[in-house]
Amino acid sequence: MKHSILNSAAIAGLAIGAGLASSASAQADELTLCWAAWDPANALVELSKDFEKQSGHTMKFEFVPWPNFADRMLNELNSGGQLCDLMIGDSQWIGGSAESGHYVKLNDFFEQEGITMDDFIPATVTGYAEWPKGTPNYWALPAFGDVVGWTYRKDWFEKPEIQEAFKEEYGRDLKAPETLEELKDIAAFFQGREIDGRKVYGAAIYTERGSEGITMGVTNALYNYGFQYDNPDKPYELDGFVNSEGAVKGLEFYKELYDCCTPPGSSDWYMSENIDAYKSGQVALQMNFAFIWPGVEADPNVGGGKSGYFANPKGPGGHFAQLGGQGISVVAYSDKQDAALEYIKWFAQPEVQQKWWESGGYSALKAVVEDPGFASSQPYAQTFLDSMAIVKDFWAEPAYASLLLAMQDRVHDYVIAGNGTAQEALDALVEDWTEIFEDEGKY
Amino acid sequence: MSIKPIERAASATPQSVARKVRGLSDRAIAWLFVAPTILLLLAINIFPLIWTVRLSFTNFRVNRPNREADFVGLRNYERILTDGDIWVTMQATAHFLFWTIVLQVLIGFTLAYLINKKFRGSDLWTTVIVLPMMLSPAVVGNFWTFLYQPQIGLFNYVVGFLSGTDPSGFSMIGEVALAPWAIVIVDTWMWTPFVMLICLAGLRSIPESIYEAAECDRASKWRQFWTITIPMVLPFLMLAVLFRGIENFKMFDLVVQLTGGGPGSTTELTSINLKREAFEKWRTGYASAYAVILFVTVFGLASIYVKALNKVKER
Repeated sequence: MKHSILNSAAIAGLAIGAGLASSASAQADELTLCWAAWDPANALVELSKDFEKQSGHTMKFEFVPWPNFADRMLNELNSGGQLCDLMIGDSQWIGGSAESGHYVKLNDFFEQEGITMDDFIPATVTGYAEWPKGTPNYWALPAFGDVVGWTYRKDWFEKPEIQEAFKEEYGRDLKAPETLEELKDIAAFFQGREIDGRKVYGAAIYTERGSEGITMGVTNALYNYGFQYDNPDKPYELDGFVNSEGAVKGLEFYKELYDCCTPPGSSDWYMSENIDAYKSGQVALQMNFAFIWPGVEADPNVGGGKSGYFANPKGPGGHFAQLGGQGISVVAYSDKQDAALEYIKWFAQPEVQQKWWESGGYSALKAVVEDPGFASSQPYAQTFLDSMAIVKDFWAEPAYASLLLAMQDRVHDYVIAGNGTAQEALDALVEDWTEIFEDEGKY
Repeated sequence: MSIKPIERAASATPQSVARKVRGLSDRAIAWLFVAPTILLLLAINIFPLIWTVRLSFTNFRVNRPNREADFVGLRNYERILTDGDIWVTMQATAHFLFWTIVLQVLIGFTLAYLINKKFRGSDLWTTVIVLPMMLSPAVVGNFWTFLYQPQIGLFNYVVGFLSGTDPSGFSMIGEVALAPWAIVIVDTWMWTPFVMLICLAGLRSIPESIYEAAECDRASKWRQFWTITIPMVLPFLMLAVLFRGIENFKMFDLVVQLTGGGPGSTTELTSINLKREAFEKWRTGYASAYAVILFVTVFGLASIYVKALNKVKER
């Protein structure tokens, strides 16, 4: 009898507890999503209104401009801050955030909700979600596929007098380049040329020093001339891979491109400066992440068929492009993790992903990008697919920030300031990176 | 009979408080008053300083809370003092410090000397001249990047117009040879008015009677300038140099906005370099050692300088 009373009390207690728990989970929360301040973020604000309607939760957004994004958000994570419940963090943060416990591991959640990483573009899973790389440990859902590619002034390329002049000078037709050398020729051809009564320049490339700009640019040349981050057979062995003969040539190529074919004063340019230079009609070619392409198409000066797009051209050492993009993670310090997971579950749905693509976000879901109508859905869609097939990413190690800044310093010092030789710059980079990995206990 | 303020304050003190205080000595009351300030200073100045020194002997990284910090002895100090790149930033800082101070003192004193000669509209000119120092350094840095823009910048246009060169043929913030001067020019533009104001205060503190006596002794204007004006303004000038020296040693915002430390590391001053080590590379232990070295350097130089300043004032 006594036992049955106790059992009843326990059951009643559990029922009350369960009731409280279910009422708590059903409670509407205010979720804060942190990301960079750029066009796709505005598209996500619009898209998230559907989530608010369906779930009853409200969404707040904290967007920080790219040059300060890593500083601001990594400070937030490192201090265990509760500003963000959801973080669309850069791909390179994944290692540090996983190892430092900033992100919630999502494997169980994915399994429970039937979300499988096989449904996403493999490069984005590796780049944005996995840590350690190549293992099925997921800390994010691929949210925004991005890659460095090129935009060019199709209307200039199509001018008969320009085509004629190019053919006369280079002996071939003027069209989107297939190799990096061809790209340099085209940029050199346009440098200082007068078009429609205005002096124009060759190419806007990444040269920014403070955050990650020049690294995100130069790697597009380095990879394609033979640069490798380390020995594929012996991880963290750098000498002979980072500073290989091919890598040196790749770095020299990027410097030549900067010296010969960029607008004056472009010594510290990144995404927004390149966009401005292109849209204002200063340059014929623009290196930039794919996220800008919807904005280019919609621009009254350069959109509506005046621009063309092509994947980063190949080089003598291979064909790659720098991966951008991000995954969406649940911040471990958030006290609204259930609601945050609900958002991820909603976001992973194919119809939401389809809408994401239509509103200017680059979905990484195979169902969207492998749809037969995808390639022709936008003028840049095929280039996006071609580019995503050749991506390579920077280190995603916990020490990525030190690795990145060392590369920023060494490359900027050679390419922009013109100090030393390419070989010296890459040798110094090997020394810097070796010291960092020594501190990390990798040797 | 009038009541003194202290007596009025005593009579206004509530009896309960008065009874408690009556048993305390003057010294104890004095401690009671200064204790909150001392505690605050200990908490926000002295403790962080001691903690920084402690961290400087470790390999602690604030972004890796799960990793144990190891004691590394003097390794951080050794690395910093033998790192060629750090010396490059020191040289950049020295160049910036030297030329900004020289130019600001020369131009600031000249302006103060001219403004001090009362003329019509001198007050208006004073206001106009001090405007730059009222702006935010970040704003100044930002708009000077436009002035320095090779294709549309006013600075390049003026230089091109006066020299007959192509304005887009040079980039003040993109070329190694020009960038160090670009930041010197902007800082001088912004802070010369500050030096001018201090010099003006010095010039206006010189009694007219001294010049009248010199006139009676038939001293030339040149002699009056060197034997009266300069010696009497010198303590003010030295003070201005001290303020500008300390300020420019830790210069950050203006240069970050203007050049970001580039091209290469040409304008990466020590404060920018330190910030990158501490809050971008997250090498907390290393950055702590770096901060300690800079602190000792500034503190040492400032102490020597203040002693010299006091000697000048005693003369």
